[in-house]
Amino acid sequence: MRDTIIAILLGGGAFFAVLAAIGIVRFPDLYVRLSAATKASTLGTSLILAGVALFFDDAAVTGKITAIIVFIALTAPVAAHMLGRAAYFSGVPLWEKSVRDDLASSGEWCKRDDTDGAGTGQADSRADT
Amino acid sequence: MTLDAFIHYVILPLLGGGIVLAFVRLVRGPSLPDRVVALDLMATLIIALSAAYAVATGQHAYLDAAIVLALITFLGTVAFAYYLHRRDGGA
Repeated sequence: MRDTIIAILLGGGAFFAVLAAIGIVRFPDLYVRLSAATKASTLGTSLILAGVALFFDDAAVTGKITAIIVFIALTAPVAAHMLGRAAYFSGVPLWEKSVRDDLASSGEWCKRDDTDGAGTGQADSRADT
Repeated sequence: MTLDAFIHYVILPLLGGGIVLAFVRLVRGPSLPDRVVALDLMATLIIALSAAYAVATGQHAYLDAAIVLALITFLGTVAFAYYLHRRDGGA
């Protein structure tokens, strides 16, 4: 019974990890790939680590695994947000069929224009699409 | 099927195939942020693989490697994001 629960947790975690890997190959856009990779891999890794904690049944191991899960759940969204924002401002294009671009129409480009004018060309080219 | 055989014949090949797919994106990625995303996914999958390997071998020393890898991965991704932010002349 216990081995069955551990096997279900490990299998579900591996399933979501493989979904993240398939998504990072097949999705068309950097930002869609970021979303898929971050969320699916966080869930898959957390499920696998929960299965490992059930297998060892030790207080020290469970503490370590809780630390890993909490750290991943806290830092993966922060890293993905920083990476996506840096990629957007360095001019990585969106997919052609994207329907919303809230950052382009939110006035963030105006803040960059009155500093040194480095982002004006990108702002103009992005406003046309 | 015992738990050891299940891990050896199902879980570890699935995670290894996932790492290979992420490496394909790392080779083919058209821009630098694509490659950084692929590296981040590869490191997360290696954390999961080392945890599953700790179950397969019965030694919990592999979880320490998983902790260290989680810390180093976050620092590396943040450093790459800061470098990208600096490279295009951002404030």
